[in-house]
Amino acid sequence: MITVREWKERLNEGKAYDAVAELIERAKRNRYNSFITVTEEIALKQAEEYDRGNREGKLAGIPVAVKDNISTEGVRTTCASRMLENYIPPFDAHVVERLKQEGAIIIGKTNMDEFGMGTTTETSYFGVVKNPKDEERVAGGSSGGSASAIAGNETVLALGTDTGGSIRCPSSFTGVYGLKPTYGLVSRYGLVAYANSLEQIGPMASAIDDLGLLLEVIAGKDERDSTNAGKSFHYSPVEKKFRIGVIKEMRADERVMEVFDEFTRSISKFAEVEEVSLPSLSYALPAYYVIAMSEASSNLARYDGVRYGHSLESLDSWTNYFSRVRKEGFGKEVKRRIMMGSYALSAGYFGKYYLKALKVRTLVVQDFMRAFERFDLLISPTMPSTAFRIGELADPVTMYMADINTTPINLAGLPALSMPAGEVNGLPVGVQVIGNHFEENKILGFGRMVERNEV
Amino acid sequence: MIDDDAVRHIANLSKIEVDDDEIQEFKRDFERIIEFFNRLDEIDPDVEPTYNVIPLKNVVRKDMPRKPLDREKVLANAKFREEGYFKGPRVVE
Repeated sequence: MITVREWKERLNEGKAYDAVAELIERAKRNRYNSFITVTEEIALKQAEEYDRGNREGKLAGIPVAVKDNISTEGVRTTCASRMLENYIPPFDAHVVERLKQEGAIIIGKTNMDEFGMGTTTETSYFGVVKNPKDEERVAGGSSGGSASAIAGNETVLALGTDTGGSIRCPSSFTGVYGLKPTYGLVSRYGLVAYANSLEQIGPMASAIDDLGLLLEVIAGKDERDSTNAGKSFHYSPVEKKFRIGVIKEMRADERVMEVFDEFTRSISKFAEVEEVSLPSLSYALPAYYVIAMSEASSNLARYDGVRYGHSLESLDSWTNYFSRVRKEGFGKEVKRRIMMGSYALSAGYFGKYYLKALKVRTLVVQDFMRAFERFDLLISPTMPSTAFRIGELADPVTMYMADINTTPINLAGLPALSMPAGEVNGLPVGVQVIGNHFEENKILGFGRMVERNEV
Repeated sequence: MIDDDAVRHIANLSKIEVDDDEIQEFKRDFERIIEFFNRLDEIDPDVEPTYNVIPLKNVVRKDMPRKPLDREKVLANAKFREEGYFKGPRVVE
């Protein structure tokens, strides 16, 4: 893995063009299937500009890979779906504008679960992403390509998106750092919507400081996203004797728990650590899936094969055309989620499912707020296990269970980090560090203390 | 609890064509997912629903004309167009 500091040293020693060309070669070989599109021409042109001294900013000359559900003007943006296989956005997402303004070099668009719907990237129309730590295993999802591109030295930084763990899960499985920001901190303008009230774009990297740097660039006011909080983020990590709550309800398998318990013991050297219970978490997972699928069914209604996306040879009647386009364009998991969302919102079930789920969401928020009266930060294992074998999760509900520790954070709109904390049989284990709303600097400060103490 | 007709009904609500041989698989998946959703039956919290966690109210911007996207670029992704417009399927059968 390449940190920003190491990359800058390389830029001081030689040309950005050569360094970027090397990454591009690796990205094009695509050993782990990290990339759907490699933006070779753009990246090399941007590197040349840097070498001529014409590229300035906080990310000048630094390669960033962008998840393929984030719009890039003139570069196809597929969401790993047949539906958008040839879709070329006419505009940049807010975060992509910011990358360009700060001089970043955009390496390519990364593989993911179709529309972000999955935990393994096995739902991608472009095939599964392999874990650089063990190629028979998944890199996690849905931002699996962004994680494997970092772990496999194909980029320095990457953007992911997180609706129910999609940044944190692949970070945990591949041993990289990923931060899901507070809901509303980063503009979602140009992010292809899956579940609006849950999702955020966030940074992925190989060091804490690099997360802070990338978050500082992408966060901030943007009136094109009406849920944007209008707050900017300045990276100034807080370091102190933190009060850390270990969430009782967030567990993992035995081997992962051994690593996690060891982590908890080591941080006791510089933090106050105590267990805390959040009883509503028992219902958070079904509530999350009801909400996510309901929002998905509404959001994905836009795919009608008329203005963009998969189309048929000729226009038919509306119902036939619409239904056929969606039959051909969507994969199985996307269909399941749209249909189960339609079901949950349909007449007679609204109160039983959707409204109930939103009430559980209130309980989850209240539990977290109570916990933050006593603690600065909360921790848990990010994932209940290490990376799955490719093909291991055969049925959908078993896959949903893997999101047990990550989804409550999205329900409550909180920021959360996954950072590497050890290994089981050579496979990385991630620890999740959760903060109160807009307290990313506490999370990152704690992360730095852990990095330095080599926990 | 879900029969073939229910799967067809849900597929129709979602405007996704489903073949007969797909029905059984979706039926099995839906039963598992609904069983999972039904865990919510165990509680009935007496609280207000949360639609959005960050308290934002009436977000407005100035109603000023702005330069729209270029028409050709917007139409570039559409297969069917006519005289600078999108062309859609027949709505009246």
